[in-house]
Amino acid sequence: MTPPVLLDIDGLRVSVGGRPVLRDVSLQVRSGEIAGLVGESGAGKTMAGRAVLGLLPDAARVLSGEIRFDGTDLLSLKARAREALLGRDIALIPQNPMTALNPVARIGTQIVDGLRMHLGLDRNGARARAVELLQAVHLPDPESLLRRFPHELSGGMRQRVLIASAFSCRPRLVIADEPTTALDVTVQKQCLRLIRELQRQHATAVLFVTHDLGVVAKLCDSVAVMHGGRILEFRSGDDIFRAPRHPYTRALLAATPRFDRPGDTLVPVSAEVLARLQEEVDVYDAAH
Amino acid sequence: MSTMRHTDPVLPVLEARGLRLHLADRAGARWFRKAPRLEILRGIDLSVAQGETIGVVGESGSGKTTLGRTLLRLYEPTDGSLRFEGQDITHAREERLRPMRARMQCIFQDPLSSLNPRHRIEDIVAQPLLSFGLVRDRSEARGRARQLLERVQLSQSFALRYPHELSGGQRQRVGIARAIAASPKLVIADEIVSGLDVSTQAQILMLLREIRAETALVFISHDLSVVRALCDRVLVMHRGVVVEQGATDAVFARPEHDYTRDLLASIPLPERDPNWIGSA
Repeated sequence: MTPPVLLDIDGLRVSVGGRPVLRDVSLQVRSGEIAGLVGESGAGKTMAGRAVLGLLPDAARVLSGEIRFDGTDLLSLKARAREALLGRDIALIPQNPMTALNPVARIGTQIVDGLRMHLGLDRNGARARAVELLQAVHLPDPESLLRRFPHELSGGMRQRVLIASAFSCRPRLVIADEPTTALDVTVQKQCLRLIRELQRQHATAVLFVTHDLGVVAKLCDSVAVMHGGRILEFRSGDDIFRAPRHPYTRALLAATPRFDRPGDTLVPVSAEVLARLQEEVDVYDAAH
Repeated sequence: MSTMRHTDPVLPVLEARGLRLHLADRAGARWFRKAPRLEILRGIDLSVAQGETIGVVGESGSGKTTLGRTLLRLYEPTDGSLRFEGQDITHAREERLRPMRARMQCIFQDPLSSLNPRHRIEDIVAQPLLSFGLVRDRSEARGRARQLLERVQLSQSFALRYPHELSGGQRQRVGIARAIAASPKLVIADEIVSGLDVSTQAQILMLLREIRAETALVFISHDLSVVRALCDRVLVMHRGVVVEQGATDAVFARPEHDYTRDLLASIPLPERDPNWIGSA
């Protein structure tokens, strides 16, 4: 049986300073499923993730559309009610593990504060839970880790801390915004495995934003390919990688270097494909 | 001083033997005590000939960027030898290196911070020609700069713009144009496609394929797939040591060292494989 749709983005249109950045974005994420949102810079993928979190820039305007979380439209919720969901029901794994942690607070404080606020645990209870969480992300000696400052940890360890705190309140939805882009490949693989493991354990829905087609292929149950603020195709991961339908998806795959193929098989995205996409965007903008 | 140049393609443009480098560990320094010395490069052998492209791969902290800088003699090796165009430059003084610097160039990872924000594109590209006295005057330098921009497929309209007006890929083209301006014998490219989108990255790789015949190219990258797309030979670094080196096709098809195998197994290829991710 297919699990229920937890996040339903429906016809979302957003502009920033009068310039359209999301053009009719529709996408569903089911409970217990990882949906990949993949595209190049400027595609609007980070914007889409931020819209779900309610963290759009000040100059952004939602022109139309709905973002339904478990049936409730987040966009029509009062600010207070919406904020109450953040961190508890909807969590974020941010991109940069170097800047996402408070440099002057100990790791323990940063995790414990969240647990006390969202779950109402007392200090000792929160501390015990924090130790469990760090164990769950396979960090050695969690007790002493709680007393450390972010700068004492490697990039990979910091990202594990962020993964642990994103999953700390058993969220139903996690937005992961390029969470492994800054990491070495071996560490990236460990972090991806960890996200997969925690997500399976708790049947969490994950919206995984990335530019990396490889990561998407290995991790995601469904995949949305974005360009120019539009979703060009949204299908199961198996379908997309077995038979990419959209010319842009095919062009991206052909332009991605692979260590298992000789270099001369690489084909840059053709000007025709890009011109065609621009044309479609122009037609869309003229109609709205 | 000899000005002899080796044009014979079999003679290496650059040759490092047992290259070692120690740097002071400032993080471990204590007051009134000498900072402990860290061994960053631990005996590197490398040689690269004209028309040859060698990839240096490894994870962060492996020493690949430091190796690039040492090859350019921005650091003085603590041990081993370094020869450029047949001349021993291991401990050469700056005044002896100076005239050679025109023939050893560098392309940097972040073009925005390596291009002067207050200079026009044509002046940035013309600078090496003027600095090394390869042209008579500024107008000749600018003329050459425009030809170079054409070579990297930037139209004339970019000549009078400033770096901030360009996209990441366009800026990286400017970095390449500047590096090849003085017709160098050696180019060191350090992570120059890392920040770029896939489609832009592919274009830059195509461009590098065109210029690589004219020079010896050392291409430093953490991305083994990119290295496969460009390099004849590859050198895998781990903790300041070369763990494996050979023809790119051979190394990637039959990696011999565990570390190389680990690296390759960690790269997610864009195809489905439910077993790849494994369980912890």
